[in-house]
Amino acid sequence: MKTILTALALTTALTFPSLAVARPVTFTTTLSNYGGDGAYLALYVTDAKGAYVGSLWVAGGKSKYYEHLTGWYRATGGRVAEINGITGASVGAGRTLEITLDLADALFDAGYTLHIDAAVEDMRDSPNEVAVPLTTNGAKTPVRGRRYIASFTYSM
Amino acid sequence: MIRGLHRWPGLLAALVLLVLSLSGAALSIFPTAERLSSPQAAASLSIADLAERVQAAHPQVEQIRRAPSGRITAYWFEGGTPQSAVIDPVTGQGIASADPNPLERWLTNLHRSLFLGDGGRIAAAAGAAAMLVLALSGTVLVARRAGGWRRWFAPLRGPISGRLHVEIARVAVAGLLLSSLTALWMTVSTFELLPDGPASPAMQTDPSGRVGASLAEMNILKETPAAELRSLAFPAPDDAADVFTVKTDRGTGTLDQGTGALLAWSDLTGWQRISETIYMLHTGQGAAGLGLILGLMALGVPIMTVTGVILWLAGWRARPRIRGNATAGRAETILLVGSEGGSTWSFAATLHAALTNIGQTVHAAAMSSFDPARYVHAQRILILTATYGDGDAPASAKGFIDRLQSLPAAPAVPLAVLGFGDRSFPAYCAFARAVAETAEAKGWSMLVPFDMIDRQSTQDFARWGRVLGVAMGVELELVHETVVPAVLPLTLVSRRDYGAEVQAPTAILRFALPKVPLWRRLAGRDFGRFSAGDLLGILPEGSAVPRFYSLASGRRDGFIEIVVRKYPAGLCSGQLLGLEVGDTVSGFLRANAGFHAGRGRTPLILIGAGTGIGPLAGFVRANARHRPIYLFFGIRHPDSDFLYADELTAWQQKGCLRQLATACSRGRMPRYVQDALREEAADIVKLIRKGAKIMVCGGRGMAAGVSEALADILAPAGLSPALLKAEGRYVEDVY
Repeated sequence: MKTILTALALTTALTFPSLAVARPVTFTTTLSNYGGDGAYLALYVTDAKGAYVGSLWVAGGKSKYYEHLTGWYRATGGRVAEINGITGASVGAGRTLEITLDLADALFDAGYTLHIDAAVEDMRDSPNEVAVPLTTNGAKTPVRGRRYIASFTYSM
Repeated sequence: MIRGLHRWPGLLAALVLLVLSLSGAALSIFPTAERLSSPQAAASLSIADLAERVQAAHPQVEQIRRAPSGRITAYWFEGGTPQSAVIDPVTGQGIASADPNPLERWLTNLHRSLFLGDGGRIAAAAGAAAMLVLALSGTVLVARRAGGWRRWFAPLRGPISGRLHVEIARVAVAGLLLSSLTALWMTVSTFELLPDGPASPAMQTDPSGRVGASLAEMNILKETPAAELRSLAFPAPDDAADVFTVKTDRGTGTLDQGTGALLAWSDLTGWQRISETIYMLHTGQGAAGLGLILGLMALGVPIMTVTGVILWLAGWRARPRIRGNATAGRAETILLVGSEGGSTWSFAATLHAALTNIGQTVHAAAMSSFDPARYVHAQRILILTATYGDGDAPASAKGFIDRLQSLPAAPAVPLAVLGFGDRSFPAYCAFARAVAETAEAKGWSMLVPFDMIDRQSTQDFARWGRVLGVAMGVELELVHETVVPAVLPLTLVSRRDYGAEVQAPTAILRFALPKVPLWRRLAGRDFGRFSAGDLLGILPEGSAVPRFYSLASGRRDGFIEIVVRKYPAGLCSGQLLGLEVGDTVSGFLRANAGFHAGRGRTPLILIGAGTGIGPLAGFVRANARHRPIYLFFGIRHPDSDFLYADELTAWQQKGCLRQLATACSRGRMPRYVQDALREEAADIVKLIRKGAKIMVCGGRGMAAGVSEALADILAPAGLSPALLKAEGRYVEDVY
């Protein structure tokens, strides 16, 4: 379990003046047994028009491989400054990544979409492995990824 | 210094290097296997053609990748589930699973990180660094051992573990240098300490927002051959803002899915190119043949690890413990030792202890480590050295004279040289004498005159100690206790007598193999491992000085056999010829690696007279592989001292012996073995040209005559015994 209180203060679009309008949200990502090395994952948010808003988390320690998180990499230009302080280790097959972040209330039910890009060494890149709208009703509903993610949920 | 640089990293890294080399060798097979199992794209096929074929077969294709092996993989969706396959570039159809091979992945993770993540990567990199240090220091040692860089591939002599170590090293060192250097580069690159990461995507013009351009309209895809493709990513089907992304050997670009126009392009950076080349050189991916060669060379590492540890243990055991050895920089007395078998070291240890007892600081070291610049506090330099063979430097003194001669001036502090040898040899203390003469010619002042010790005489040594003490102004009493080798009782099982009629009573004595504990046998000690040409030391009753006889048998024969001639008043030969079956003598084994037949396939020319037939008969007996052997055997009279007469006939019939020529020095037509050689001059030259090795065993006079005869025989061919000796193709065991 990783708790980052002010992570999103780093990305201007998601910054709000006070934590009073934010709440802790837990993202739980469980990988399938896809038979490969640890997966790199990028969790990021786009707005209703599909424009990149900000990053929530990047799993995977070596930035030289970030280009394989194709969607996220194209959106951010691979700028490591974008994810300063919100990175962690890659996630092995069959393992679960759980992160808790304080997210602004205004991100929910406002047309924002959460994306997860995934990549595994010597296996296919999987941009948009998961793409779910951020809604209060959608919380706690497990979603299956396209290739590597067995289930993904967020809960408040 | 160089030896230390070779020894310690080697011992420390032995385990890691074993894992890395074995896994690396196993991994080296995969690129070739992948190359052979992957259908290759035709040279004329463009990326556009390939992509159209794949798209026709799998309309929802997402990505096409081409590995350096030429293997093409496609990823697509079908019915909402992700699919992937290895693609036949002719049909665009999938032909095999694209999932990574679990064994290859397991080996890769073991090889690069020992399954320990980043910590393991650093450990593996430390292993690679140790390999690099070993390869570099080993290169210097090989050159030194061979006698110079030009003699890199010169034939080697010496015990098997040392020879094997160097034989493998001088072939494998190139691959090991390459593998370790590239491994270090890859580690540095993995930890992102090099600017070889992907260039940030170039600013791209916005896509048109239209869709539906055909692949054939995209110039760059049409013009680039499929062989240069690395990957092609298709735009997401429901995203008009998405683009084609293509990576080739030249760089990365994005293409508009509506117009087919190139939106952005960035070339590979120089750093990326270097890193990719290094990756290819290390993994063999894209250079499968090289990968196999590197893998084979890596297989030398386990063998070198084992032989290296054996060498280190052997050297560690052979060297007497010298207590309180001062460092070279601090010592007042520098004691340099030239020793082949270790006995001179034991005298040096006595001298070291005696000097230390009277308050001197003494540094004892091998002569080959001679380095006067380090002897800053030295007041004198003492050299104790044996002689190897016919006046050569013993093992621990190799290179000493060259180094002395290359000095701009002799050291200022005085020198004393003491030689160790056996007065019955003409080259008695020849190397020690050469050292003393070279030093004097260099203008090096002598502390005491050059002196010699005959047959390890403790009296001679004590006398020299008193002379040295006077010169140093101290009282020096050298009491050397000869180390008696551990002997085993050997029981005579048979004897055959010859030569009584020609006043040369001679016997072939065969002893039973003594019981040797298993571990000593495995370690090759005592009688655990020996072959014809090695020496049997016999300690006669009433003497502490052993006598040595060349062995006519090897461990595999299951017995110990020597040929002994009785000398008038000879203590040891008298006792041996007085033995009856069932009697025992005290004996021990001494290796004599310089006089082994070796395992080659080239012809052997064996020349011997009298008891010199012993080891030569042993070589023929052991010649199960039917290497061509030509034996020249000098005897006195065929009816009296034709040793091994029956066996030699039998061996010739079995094919162990190609040709036997005898020369009888008495009788109707007296002639010597060198006469027999001259008669076969033409054949001998032919054999030598084929790479034949000459081995001579017998008395001193015979060996000199043989050498002279061979010099005459070989001269017309531009060859000489000296040249062959330098190549290790002319060896003598002379007494």
